[in-house]
Amino acid sequence: MAKIDNGPPDYRNYLPDIIKENYGKWEYHERPRVGVLKHVGPAGALYSVRVGEPRLMSIDSIRDICDIADDLCDGYLRFTSRNNIEFLTPKEENVDKIIERCQELGYPVGGTNGSLSNIVHTQGWVHCHTPASDASGIVKAVMDDLYEYFTEDKLPHKLHIAMACCLNMCGAAHCSDISIVAVHRTVPRIDHETVRKSSEIPSLVACCPTGAIRPDPANKSVKVIDERCMYCGNCYTMSPGMHIMDAEHDGLAIMIGGKVATARSDPKFSRMVIPFLPNNPPRWPEVTEAVRHIVEVWAENAHKGERLGEWVDRIGWERFFTISGIPFSDKLIDDYIFSRETFRTSSAFKY
Amino acid sequence: MAEESKTPQLDELEKGPWPSFVTEIKKAAAKNEMSADLLGVLERSYEDKIGHWKHGGIVGVKGYGGGVVGRYTDLPEEFPHVKEFHTMRIAAPSGWFYKTSALRDLCDIWERHGSQITNVHGSTGDLIFLGTTTEELQPTFDDLAEKGFDLGGSGSDLRSPSCCVGPGRCEYACYDTLDMCYDITHEFQDELHRPMWPYKSKIKMSGCANDCVAAAARADISVIGTWRDTLTIDNDEVKKYVEEGLNIQEAVVDRCPTKCLHYDEATGELSVNGAECTRCMHCINVMCKAIKQGQEKGATILMGAKSTIVKSAFMSWVLVPFMKMESPYTEFKDLVNTIWDWWDENGKTRERLGETVYRIGMGKFLREVGLEAVPQMVYRPRANPYVFWPEEEILAEANGGATA
Repeated sequence: MAKIDNGPPDYRNYLPDIIKENYGKWEYHERPRVGVLKHVGPAGALYSVRVGEPRLMSIDSIRDICDIADDLCDGYLRFTSRNNIEFLTPKEENVDKIIERCQELGYPVGGTNGSLSNIVHTQGWVHCHTPASDASGIVKAVMDDLYEYFTEDKLPHKLHIAMACCLNMCGAAHCSDISIVAVHRTVPRIDHETVRKSSEIPSLVACCPTGAIRPDPANKSVKVIDERCMYCGNCYTMSPGMHIMDAEHDGLAIMIGGKVATARSDPKFSRMVIPFLPNNPPRWPEVTEAVRHIVEVWAENAHKGERLGEWVDRIGWERFFTISGIPFSDKLIDDYIFSRETFRTSSAFKY
Repeated sequence: MAEESKTPQLDELEKGPWPSFVTEIKKAAAKNEMSADLLGVLERSYEDKIGHWKHGGIVGVKGYGGGVVGRYTDLPEEFPHVKEFHTMRIAAPSGWFYKTSALRDLCDIWERHGSQITNVHGSTGDLIFLGTTTEELQPTFDDLAEKGFDLGGSGSDLRSPSCCVGPGRCEYACYDTLDMCYDITHEFQDELHRPMWPYKSKIKMSGCANDCVAAAARADISVIGTWRDTLTIDNDEVKKYVEEGLNIQEAVVDRCPTKCLHYDEATGELSVNGAECTRCMHCINVMCKAIKQGQEKGATILMGAKSTIVKSAFMSWVLVPFMKMESPYTEFKDLVNTIWDWWDENGKTRERLGETVYRIGMGKFLREVGLEAVPQMVYRPRANPYVFWPEEEILAEANGGATA
């Protein structure tokens, strides 16, 4: 039998010499151009070339990338937490060659400084069992549209976008500058036969955060109190008989202003600014347009060095809606369990 | 006449400058029936606007309860090669550093056993083998194990810990995130591979408060590097920044959240009121050559973060303001084990640590895991008088004894 519990491989075997020599002794870093970082330590400099990848990769493409790293980085590379590849080399003269090879393969160089990094996202229709929309397709459409912001350094600060394919909001979508969240809007259709066959009724009842699911003893199944359901889909995870996906009415919401770094201000949640956009494959024009609009409004109005959420905090959310022209509605006022802290308790506000 | 494409919708996503996942699937589909059928299922989703993957049954490999996510299409007659299409999560090295030989080994294994499609990486941090049959799971694992690889976590277990690039390439790392991630992942192999809890649990490690792995947003236990003494300023370097055109007053001093920096334009000197600094990293981010973190480094341990489902998203909150983070991380491991024991005892099914603590109360949690309440844990004290007084404290008072 194969050995179990190997654990992850030892990262120390995967570090280039320049990293081993400077390990823990790095002094400073510079950004020679967008997509290139230069870290300096006592043993010299390391250049990292950052490249966006599609997250879903064939083994052929991984091998192509390995060829570049073998030819120009002594076989060393890393990946970032946002689906970027970083080619690592101590040789400054190799930087342009790496960039050239990446561009030949269609991999964009960028994602550093005041630019858009790659989008963190979920599986969507490619592999998830509860999605309200696809993830990879929307990400591809948005990154195509915002391509210039990845390859150029022209935003007030870095821009992190995340995409979650259902209200589970996997992928830290809840703390991103802009998050695209696929949403359900209709109560689950109950397939009583499947609920009877493959669900534990008490757990199914208990899993509902709003108490909308009640036992239906006559039917040996459950019933849903429609007006209590907020379409979170938790019940569908508990039982395949609670069909939450709805081709006609599912769609996308946009939330903005989140961050995780503590620099200048504490981490913030993303806040909903657009409650619904239609689910319009294959290129989701309404979503790409809405995201671009928000990016442009921020880029035009923020001070240099302000994350999207910091800019909105400075000017106020009421001002954000007037500047952006995005309509405000009752859908944007929280009515779930932590809503009260979002209500304005002061007469000091802007028009 | 050219043959009509079977995937007109997905073909649209091969257009445009960003690298296309459709092209990736097609590359694999040219040689692999599973990937060809994945393409078909996905095109159908684009037509139907609905997902075509069913709930996972229990599938896995010998000796493990997690690491494989079961998937079956609901269109098995039309797409028989993805009737079973399970995901395998492969534990990634700390900081996602690779030698190409390791990636090539992984590609070779996946070429033999699966769809040839991967995610590099999944959100949790594992490298994902996207799709194979039940029959191929064990042989894939055997080949992985032989090359020294392993599965990551899934289900109600410890999900694969992950960390930022740390001291491998960053001057801001306040502790060795790469070593700690490697160390604790090996320490907690049982918790990672054999689900035993109410729900998933995550540990994420960032070397500083810039938090490049979003530990504060998604980890039940977030380890965020910090320091306890005062940052240091090299005024010779400050002057160089000024010469290069940086407006220190505007870009650094005015944007300091605690207003603890002072810039004297006459002397060109920058100074800090260390006691008032909250170590947010802003000034260091702007002037990394001139401003350095303090010498006494470690980490703040925060707890409770999770995403939205179901009781809203939680951000991690402070549990231990400062802990030294040095191998073998005994203090940290002891704390984590204590917390997990408490959660295992008190948590309901599908309740994350933060939700359990929120439901039961932070005060009770602190008393039961033996941690002292300190003001750093909260933004502000409570505004109501409804204290759940422990009876023994009241009795001790009545008996003239000291309260606990």
